[in-house]
Amino acid sequence: MENLTEAESNQEFRGRLDRYLESGSIMAVEEDHYYINLCKNPIRFEPVSRANNVFFDDANKQVFAVRSGGAMGVVMKGPEEKAMISFRMEDRGDIISIKFSGDKKILAAQRSIKTVEFLNFQEDMSTDQQEYSQSCKGEATEIRGFVWTNICEIVFITSTGLEHYQVIPEKRTLKRLKTLSLQINWYFWMANSSLLLISSGTLGNVLHPFQFKQPGIITRLPKFEVDLPVVPKPPKLSLLDRDVLVAVIYEILYIVVLRHPQSTSCGAEIVLYQLQKEGPAKKTDILKLDMSGRFAVNVVDNLIMVHHQASKTSVIFDIRLEGKSDGYVTYHHPVLPALGIKPFKLLLPSVNMQAGTDKTEYNCELYSANWIVFQPDIVIDAKLGCLWILKLNLDPLVTMIPDKDRLIQFLLCRRDSKPVILFVCAQMLIPGHQASLQSLARVYDLLNRIYKQYLDAEAADASTGGSSKKVVIEQSDMFTHVFSVFEEYKDIKYKFMVAVLIEYIRSLNQFSIPVQHYLYELIINILVHNNCFYQLHQFLQYHVLGDSKPLACLMLSLESVYPPAHQLALDMLKRIQTANEEIIEVLLSKHQLLPALRFIRSVGIVDTVSSRKFLEAALSTEDSMIFYTVFKFFEQRNQKLRGSPKFQAGEHCEQYVKQFESQFGQEAFMPVPSVL
Amino acid sequence: MTSVSNGSLSLLNFFVFNTEYGPREGEEEKKLLFYHPSEVDIDTKIKRIGLAEAVVKFTETFSDKPCQSVHNQKSRQLFFEPEPCFWMLMTVSIPYKEKVKDGQTVTEYKEDQVQDSVFESILKQAYKMFKLFNGTFTTILARANGEVESLRQRLEHFYSKYLLTLKLPQGDILDVFNGIHFLPLDKNTYLRIQCFINSLEAAFPFVKYTAFLYNEKLVWSGLEQDDMRIMYKYLTSSLFPTYLEQELHGGSNRPTSGLGHYGKFMTGPPDLNNDKNMGKLPRVFVNTNEIDEECYLIVYTALSATICLLVNVRSPLNVPLCRKLDAVLGPQMTKLASDISEQYSKRVAALNSTEPVFKYVYFNHMNLAQQTTVHIDLQKRSGVNIPQELLRLLGDINAEVSRDQEDGETIVKTTSDYWVVGKKSDQREFYVVINQRSANLIDINEEVKRLCSTYLNSIFFLE
Repeated sequence: MENLTEAESNQEFRGRLDRYLESGSIMAVEEDHYYINLCKNPIRFEPVSRANNVFFDDANKQVFAVRSGGAMGVVMKGPEEKAMISFRMEDRGDIISIKFSGDKKILAAQRSIKTVEFLNFQEDMSTDQQEYSQSCKGEATEIRGFVWTNICEIVFITSTGLEHYQVIPEKRTLKRLKTLSLQINWYFWMANSSLLLISSGTLGNVLHPFQFKQPGIITRLPKFEVDLPVVPKPPKLSLLDRDVLVAVIYEILYIVVLRHPQSTSCGAEIVLYQLQKEGPAKKTDILKLDMSGRFAVNVVDNLIMVHHQASKTSVIFDIRLEGKSDGYVTYHHPVLPALGIKPFKLLLPSVNMQAGTDKTEYNCELYSANWIVFQPDIVIDAKLGCLWILKLNLDPLVTMIPDKDRLIQFLLCRRDSKPVILFVCAQMLIPGHQASLQSLARVYDLLNRIYKQYLDAEAADASTGGSSKKVVIEQSDMFTHVFSVFEEYKDIKYKFMVAVLIEYIRSLNQFSIPVQHYLYELIINILVHNNCFYQLHQFLQYHVLGDSKPLACLMLSLESVYPPAHQLALDMLKRIQTANEEIIEVLLSKHQLLPALRFIRSVGIVDTVSSRKFLEAALSTEDSMIFYTVFKFFEQRNQKLRGSPKFQAGEHCEQYVKQFESQFGQEAFMPVPSVL
Repeated sequence: MTSVSNGSLSLLNFFVFNTEYGPREGEEEKKLLFYHPSEVDIDTKIKRIGLAEAVVKFTETFSDKPCQSVHNQKSRQLFFEPEPCFWMLMTVSIPYKEKVKDGQTVTEYKEDQVQDSVFESILKQAYKMFKLFNGTFTTILARANGEVESLRQRLEHFYSKYLLTLKLPQGDILDVFNGIHFLPLDKNTYLRIQCFINSLEAAFPFVKYTAFLYNEKLVWSGLEQDDMRIMYKYLTSSLFPTYLEQELHGGSNRPTSGLGHYGKFMTGPPDLNNDKNMGKLPRVFVNTNEIDEECYLIVYTALSATICLLVNVRSPLNVPLCRKLDAVLGPQMTKLASDISEQYSKRVAALNSTEPVFKYVYFNHMNLAQQTTVHIDLQKRSGVNIPQELLRLLGDINAEVSRDQEDGETIVKTTSDYWVVGKKSDQREFYVVINQRSANLIDINEEVKRLCSTYLNSIFFLE
């Protein structure tokens, strides 16, 4: 999914809300009944035909269209490729499998059950056409397949074991690294995690995981047995490769096993085995399908998506959502009732020349028999020549999951869900859709739990900050996108607004997240607009609204409408401890000269304050006693500081010295000590 | 020189009149609205009113401020004009001591034991309490189409009981402040209480105002300060003690709900299973959103937590609604109460670990917050920790400080070797009594500075 920039996501959010406002409901606007979509622009390739073979390498997500064994050309495309690549190969028989190495320098192609051929490529994707090959060991051994485990390393999976080779392209030769004996039925390769899963045993249910994390080394993880619903007599291969896959769900590796029901009366299940570092994989979750028949499984955005061919519907499972646990295994039901994938129209060159248009719309058959799914999220229709990536559309879920608690839990686990979450939160405040305070409390707790984890992770690991892809709803997001509805909707009761903000602040506090002052300002403004000064006073009294200079200044500005605000502001400035300047300003502006002098003495800053500022304020009181006292105070300070009562030129007090002299006379000055 | 007999401070009379009523001669009786003691003959009543009116008129020529008190040798009379032309007067006796001196009996009146500020406050409180339960005189008259008799009845009904509860000899500086004790509480618990109240008011929209108390200390008031001040007084001085006494004597055998909570209605239905009995439900008049808004006062309690719900009398209220309230309030109040209790006991333990050698009284005019360690309990039920004359000294210093708008400090050393310090900074007052015989003025000054910095460090309180 493309990453939205901040600005784009804001725009998207606005758009969403506007659409919503105009129609009263999202559903009416678009045909957004579908939450599973095929990507808009599928990768197109030449469809399978007698002359054209198509291969897909799910490790590199590359489609190969091979015409006439490669002699007529090979075209390679992929969703992660910048451009398509085409080249020619000698036609030396039908290709069974074809895969590039991770750096696209070596192409491996299998044409027989005994050997794999290699072809070197240059930087510009040209090839010298000189193939070299490697056969597997042993007379009766057959190659079941091969996987690139590293840039220049390849593993042959044969009927009798694994053969690990290093490819040396410049010498056009391979070097055997290791051979491992094992009876093998089938395998599954998970390229992202370098995990190779091997099925062994007569029933096929003994699974051996191997990992190829470091070059040249095979790490064998403990094997484990998948329990089968029924063991056939005589024993035969019962666990088939099409029913097993490996997936990373919420950053954890799982073996996903589809278990077909014994009878058609009960539904199929999906069993998740969590891969363990030490010890065999552990059965952790069971997904109840309540259907039977042919299924295909994908993993999209950490959701397990199960497609059912017979009913042409799909269901999604989220193992993060609460399920029933029996103490060992957690049972899950689909997040939503089964629903089809959104219909897909393809523009095809017109066959009907009469129509005059050069393109016609073609409704693709969904859940077609020609569909093959690949992990994690790929659907291929080889007859049509299309490769799609499955997408999740979050918008319709807002109305499909009425329980906001569950909805937010679900959305918080999704990628790029931020605009939708903010939309839901804003919607919960809009009259007509207003949620209960209890519901809001639960939602805010969900948001802030993740917010706190994010803040902690950021603090602990400042260097790699922002590495987490998780959706985090911060205070600024809530302020800009959610609480802004208070401005737009004049019919929201102030009591509700205050309750909502207090609930949010409570939640932030509960998770020890420092609250930003703009939230406080918002709540203060609402209270002030509604003349709820006493409530405001009480909030401040219990420090619900945290101390800050901006807040203190806001309180000072309220003094004219609510006199106690003055005291509250001064208390706050005092607690901040770094606001001595501000306190002096406040006192001087209120002509409280003596309290100001007492204050500077109490905090020990007599020596550093500006005498001019004090004298100016003293003079403006038009109280000669005050002026006299303040003047004398600073004469004494000068005396103590410099051994002379005189003011220095830099203090700019000449005007006040003159004033003092004219008011009280020359003799009122403190005598200057004679220099001995 | 031996003491023969003593006379203590007592209420001599208490009356309400209107200067506009009965202007013609012979109709003076019409002025009279309430008079205590009622057994006094009508002539005396009329004479007293006449004298009071004369004093008021006479003093008007000298000052813009109305007459506040008249000092006599044997009595003190306090004046208060709560509403235009309505006057309330209270007369108390001056305590005296009879001594035999040189074979002659001499009566010594202790005029200094009666402090104007204290009794003025008591008089004003008497009015405000009436107003809380009845509305203003003007409102009563307006509702009765100017029928003065209905006002007389209300006054009679209210004051005949109220005056009996006055404990005049106990009057002190706390009556002057008439403040509110707030519960110290951490932010998170406070926010939880806030959110609880918000969701309660959202779920039961007929609840117009809410107040939350714990251990007779206020945590939250949705009422305006003035309304809360008098309601706090009513709750702590009347409703709570009465209820506690009933509970102690098992007077009301309320069935406990058995739902795992401790919630009960203090006012309201005594039995939730009886749909017919709403119980005693006080009506109060508040001025928070509109003038003299009449509300039912539902008080619900669980453990030490109490919540007051004010419901406009126009909203229907019945036992089934109270059952619904109980279902929500019971469990949540019980939980909150036990959580607060845990925190509260820790705080109290921390305070008691260092037994201070001083006693103090604190009051903030801005939020009416008051604190005292001079009094053994907040409601003055168990007396005081300092000698009576010191308590009076606090009142005197307060009266002195109140006269002057400037901030300042007064330090007094008593003949009994106590140091008493009164400080005022902006709107706050702080009084300390220190029993340190050997200390000098400088020591005391230092000590008080230290106290301020430990106890008042989070507020702007100048030394």
